[in-house]
Amino acid sequence: MIISRPKIGSAGLTGTWRVERPVIDYSKCTKCRLCVIYCPENTIDLLEGFDVRIDYDYCKGCGVCSQICPAKAITMVPEVK
Amino acid sequence: MVGNHAVAYAVKQAKPQILAVFPITPQTTMLEKLAEYIDSGQLKAELIKVESEHSAMASIYGAAVAGARVFTATSSQGLLYMTEMFYWAGGQRVPIVAAIATRAIAEPWSIWDDHQDFVSKRDAIWIMTMAENVQDAYDLTIQAFRISEDKRVLLPVMIGFDGFILTHTMERLEVLDDETVDMFLPKRDYNLIDFNDPVNVGPIVTPDNYIKYRYEAKKAMDRAKEVIEEIAKEYEKISGRKQYGLIECYMCEDAEYVFLAMGAWVGDAREAVKRLRSKGNKVGLVKIRTFRPFPKERLVKELRSVRGVIVFDRAYSFGSGGVLANDVKSALYNSGIDVMSVIAGIGGKTVRPLHFEKVMEEVLEGKRFEERWLYE
Repeated sequence: MIISRPKIGSAGLTGTWRVERPVIDYSKCTKCRLCVIYCPENTIDLLEGFDVRIDYDYCKGCGVCSQICPAKAITMVPEVK
Repeated sequence: MVGNHAVAYAVKQAKPQILAVFPITPQTTMLEKLAEYIDSGQLKAELIKVESEHSAMASIYGAAVAGARVFTATSSQGLLYMTEMFYWAGGQRVPIVAAIATRAIAEPWSIWDDHQDFVSKRDAIWIMTMAENVQDAYDLTIQAFRISEDKRVLLPVMIGFDGFILTHTMERLEVLDDETVDMFLPKRDYNLIDFNDPVNVGPIVTPDNYIKYRYEAKKAMDRAKEVIEEIAKEYEKISGRKQYGLIECYMCEDAEYVFLAMGAWVGDAREAVKRLRSKGNKVGLVKIRTFRPFPKERLVKELRSVRGVIVFDRAYSFGSGGVLANDVKSALYNSGIDVMSVIAGIGGKTVRPLHFEKVMEEVLEGKRFEERWLYE
């Protein structure tokens, strides 16, 4: 059987694919953790005390977290190149 | 017992843990018998009521990957529907046993017997065996679990047995007792589920590595030849019945011409050989019991002194030739042996010992042909 084990960043620095980036307004964040569950790349880290932090090395900017956040705490901001 | 019930009985004794079977003519009565066994408590397994054959193979694939012993059965259109997952099972080298009640493939729509469905999977990295009669179907099913779980092999195994001709025909059957089967088929020793070590099965594989995995699978398929013979010998000891793992050579030691075939009509060919021999003809029969891996080496060895082989095919590779005929010609390349191909029994057209006899008699009189179809 062909088996692989989970490893962060096995597809490389996919953060470079982004066209827009999600930005969290922590004054609005209620620590509900929905963004952590919904992120298709599992690239939002869950920290002590349920704080969340987006790992921009790998975030592809899909915007699902921004769509799902019930507190509207995440906005998509165009990447400046 | 009828063929379907014989296979169900063997499956019951093999004690699989997860079954997923979708009904299709002519396999349905096997599923019904398995459901009865589970309902009565004789078989302690989970029968997943899936909505299609594709889901059937997908479900048992998942269960087998995790470490369960599993089984499914299908036919014709169902087998085609299952095809995608068939390749998953073969490509990932997962121990699975599947019984295929052979049936013609639509279009034209047919419920009758030929081998087109069975052979359509010959490149899917499955070990493929065919039964001659109900006893064979039972014996092969029991051995299939051993072969597929053998650490030297780890390939899924399919048992083909002719639709209606074997599935619904009652024949004499000797079964092993449960304790003997328990000893012959110890519990499968594999468990992939470890919450401290989560894994992904079936990641994407880059070009440099894909071919290496296929090569490993080829080596496993080649090793299977030896393993199949080994397990056949062991089964012979516990059953008291002669078992031919890869091929059987019936009266071909001194034969000038032999029939070569697989499936239920091998029985008819056998009868034809007996009749021809009684008239003084030096003829014999090669029964292909294991179709994949194709027993090339054994064939070359057994047919050393034969002048011609008449291959009877119940499936055809359009634009090329008979499926078995092509494999035989490839194996006997450069041997000087004449390979004649007969295509018959397609769509369930009746073939009797008489048909085998007539073809051989014409060959013995000097007729030669590359390929002929018995369609009258």
